Amino acid sequence: MELKNAMLELLRRASTDLAPDVEKAIRQAHKNEDEGTSAKNVFGTIIENIELARKASTPLCQDTGSIICYVDFPVGESEKKYREALEWAAIEATKLQYLRPNAVDPITGKNTGNNIGINAPYMHFHQWDKPEVRVRVMLKGGGSENVGTQYRLPDAALKAGRDLKGVRKVIIDAVHKAQGYGCAPGIIGVGIGGDRVTSYALSKEQFFRALGEKSDNPELAKLEESLLDDLNKLKIGPMGFGGKTTVLGVNIGLQHRHPATYYVAISYTCWAYRRKTMIIKGSEVSYD
Amino acid sequence: MIKLKTPISEETARSLKVGDEVLLTGTIVTARDAAHKLMVEEKPDFIREHLFGSVIYHCGPVVKKDADGTYSFVAAGPTTSSREEPYQADVMEEYKVRAVIGKGGMGPKTADGLKKTGAVYLHAVGGAGSLIAKKVTSVDTVYKLEEFGTPEAFWVIQVEDFPCVVTMDSHGGSLHKDIMEMSGSIAKELMEK
Repeated sequence: MELKNAMLELLRRASTDLAPDVEKAIRQAHKNEDEGTSAKNVFGTIIENIELARKASTPLCQDTGSIICYVDFPVGESEKKYREALEWAAIEATKLQYLRPNAVDPITGKNTGNNIGINAPYMHFHQWDKPEVRVRVMLKGGGSENVGTQYRLPDAALKAGRDLKGVRKVIIDAVHKAQGYGCAPGIIGVGIGGDRVTSYALSKEQFFRALGEKSDNPELAKLEESLLDDLNKLKIGPMGFGGKTTVLGVNIGLQHRHPATYYVAISYTCWAYRRKTMIIKGSEVSYD
Repeated sequence: MIKLKTPISEETARSLKVGDEVLLTGTIVTARDAAHKLMVEEKPDFIREHLFGSVIYHCGPVVKKDADGTYSFVAAGPTTSSREEPYQADVMEEYKVRAVIGKGGMGPKTADGLKKTGAVYLHAVGGAGSLIAKKVTSVDTVYKLEEFGTPEAFWVIQVEDFPCVVTMDSHGGSLHKDIMEMSGSIAKELMEK
């Protein structure tokens, strides 16, 4: 197994091949919309694009996003090895047009042209007890990233208190404000608790949970289900054109908080929800 | 389905209404954040002839450069337009632009600009990068590639039957404003539940 090439294949698949659970949700949403509406046509175009991207091995979306990578590895492995392999793969994937160059220096405005820069790609490392290595990658588009937001409860304007009722209110507010800007229908990742930073991190990690997979916490599972229903009542629809499907899923995670703080971070991802997992067991590599 | 061909006359642009579905053919120019800032602050002339009666596309494409030095588009869906809200009306007036393609819609300043200039906002399907790239038949030229990078450069391209929906017109109509208000009152009800 050549790690560098496996990483390149992981990036190619993430960019060009939409995950099956997301595709299934989009096909269902297409069926639900009424004939002759803009919403129906938009879903038709989206499905055509999904099929073409997979067949032609070209990016689903021209904004191939920021590369965010999570590596879980056993004792004795080196972080450096995975970082070098991913950087090589990102450069190659950019040359092969699986990725658009998206690393820009904030001071000079200069694009590095190869997706490599300070903290780019961003990598999270985690040592675990299993013998295999798991590499999860997310390509996070800028448009949907811009509609992500964080609330500090209590929120006086929304009359949102420090409880799940308050959490529900701020999620509704965030999705209403997002309208079609983040390429609806979106998937909502929520992180409750922690600090400023970790609530956002938790919200984004929720995107690795499959659509329809319930939270382990029964209270959160109930909230996720009722929010999915309620958010679709907003009728924002695909692209914000109006329609029955505004979100495809709501995944909520929680962590303990400081007594003085109550953060709710909300991350939004577009329908072009690009994530892939690679498992390396000895010399065998599998992708999911 | 309405067929539009560049250059678009002011009369044609003013005849379009929110909800019209169009197929656009002709010359269009990609421009996003850095390009809009430049067009407002420095009003460069190099892009003038390409934009006269033509179309700005909010798009940061994935582009392939072939061995012979020519370019082709690999993925090219629209990017979020709201970031250009501070600039768009001035750019349209300065360069006599007749349409802007993007996603998510724009605000009141652009809506006033559409009225004044006689132009429309066209919405393409966000995320449909591979599919829309198929509508790009050729890349004529590129400006500011080195300085701005691939996503932010001015790409002057030819498109054929590029599908869009008019979501803001020159009569003050905006689907985005309507949906914002409608969903806002529902959100309020839901929060009180």
